[in-house]
Amino acid sequence: MSILKFRYNPKNELEPGGRSAAPVQQDESEPERTCPNCRKSTPVSRLWANQNVCPCGHHFRLGARQRIGLLADRDSFREMDAALQSCDPLRFSGYEAKLESARLSSGEAEAVLCGTAAIQGQPCCLFVMEPGFMMGSMGTAVGEKLTRLFEYALTHRLPVVGCTVSGGARMQEGLLSLMQMAKVSGAVRRHSDAGLFYLVLLTDPTTGGVTASFAMEGDIILAEPGATVGFAGARVIEQTTRKALPKGFQTAEFLLEHGFADAIVPRSVHRETIGYLLALHGEGGSQ
Amino acid sequence: MSISAYDRVKTARDNKRPTGLDFIHGLFTDFLELHGDRRFGDDPAVVGGVARLEGRPVTVIAIERGHGTKDRVARGFGSPNPEGYRKALRLMRQAEKFHRPVVCLIDTAGACCGIGAEERGQGQAIAENLTAMMGLNTPIVSILIGEGGSGGALALAVADRVWMLENAVYSVISPEGCASILWKDAKKADEAAKNLKLTARDALTLSVVERMIGEADLGQPPFYARLRAMLSRELTVLSEQDALLSQRYEWFRRIGTAEQEGNRDT
Repeated sequence: MSILKFRYNPKNELEPGGRSAAPVQQDESEPERTCPNCRKSTPVSRLWANQNVCPCGHHFRLGARQRIGLLADRDSFREMDAALQSCDPLRFSGYEAKLESARLSSGEAEAVLCGTAAIQGQPCCLFVMEPGFMMGSMGTAVGEKLTRLFEYALTHRLPVVGCTVSGGARMQEGLLSLMQMAKVSGAVRRHSDAGLFYLVLLTDPTTGGVTASFAMEGDIILAEPGATVGFAGARVIEQTTRKALPKGFQTAEFLLEHGFADAIVPRSVHRETIGYLLALHGEGGSQ
Repeated sequence: MSISAYDRVKTARDNKRPTGLDFIHGLFTDFLELHGDRRFGDDPAVVGGVARLEGRPVTVIAIERGHGTKDRVARGFGSPNPEGYRKALRLMRQAEKFHRPVVCLIDTAGACCGIGAEERGQGQAIAENLTAMMGLNTPIVSILIGEGGSGGALALAVADRVWMLENAVYSVISPEGCASILWKDAKKADEAAKNLKLTARDALTLSVVERMIGEADLGQPPFYARLRAMLSRELTVLSEQDALLSQRYEWFRRIGTAEQEGNRDT
């Protein structure tokens, strides 16, 4: 019954000497962040100590490296294809400048980080998308990195854990972006056919071509509370249908209700839940 | 005077252009429509069934925009719902079981954007088609006959051969959508269309499609006879191939690998 125990005793504080570098201290001048849910302001360091979850339960977005820090065992993440990045294959107007500024502002080369890691001692391949890089949009480099990750996982018989954040396919790479949906799906399929485990964690927001491909292809699909997950954008739907959208439309809870997610898991127990599922699928199975 | 990319988009959307059902009747004989996804309902935006191509049994699936206002409304203007993609998948699995090749005819502005479509998992339906088609052990030929709108088109285009009509377009997003997101101005659609590289010639240059089909006599018997002969030849070639699935994988696998910097890095 260990899974029930950690569910009812969520561990919000980071482990001592843990994975966050943020100091827990109060300072007059310290910046605060206002929660879009409860409208209350909380000092940034307090949010950090709580894994960027507001006391009301609202989950703020996490950068890819922050999420890896929360998820993976300490110093276990080994990044792969770190330098792989999109150039501008279509010479799309303004794209090169946009890439440049995305790289500068996010500090990342591309919108996904891939590598091997251990989660609660369980070895796995891990990909985490970066909301700070063009909202995690999928171009050729993202598709190629993910495909290579699944191929690596297949060769080394490892499970894959993936955290999705994406506005969808990156339109500045046109058809080449669209084709990444098929390419990654092919790699997921091969990995799956070999009896290997793929776990998806949907985080805010996961939409468009990513929802219509590898985000929905996991053996188990978990979602972060309140995350927006859908195919078409809510505004587009509103404009096309001219109907008011139902409350909670395209949230993780909406997905769960309609049968498209296995469970909603708060951030405080991501590690334990994913670690448990990795261990379970590693036992007596083909891995 | 050259034809602009946006002119091609308008041609692809032209109401007088033959639709999926026109192609079915032009190319095949003895078409019998098979309805329903066996889960939720029957989406009239997707027409599927069994037919013969020069005598050979085939499964054919088309996205149908409809003719005339009433028909178009009833068919959701050719934007399929999840049950449409699930019907297509059901028919493809049936084709695999009975060793029939699959021919998909694609003409859609995109998958339906609606409340119901989201409730029934539009993203999941498309995703499932992508993985299922990657492993479907029977030849698949997909032809883009008009608009190839994003994931809604790709959901029927994970195939051994992807062909495209001369004036068809294939794009990750509509030029209007792209212009309004990037430049907050849907009127810049012509510029977006040029940037998106969505014409058949572009797709051929990018090696995303394998063949471009000329539109001489489009919709007339000689056109269909030409396309029928092409299809028939190709299905014979594909039916004799043993490494069908790995070749299908490799076709998509190589797209977008040469476009990045730092390729050698690990």
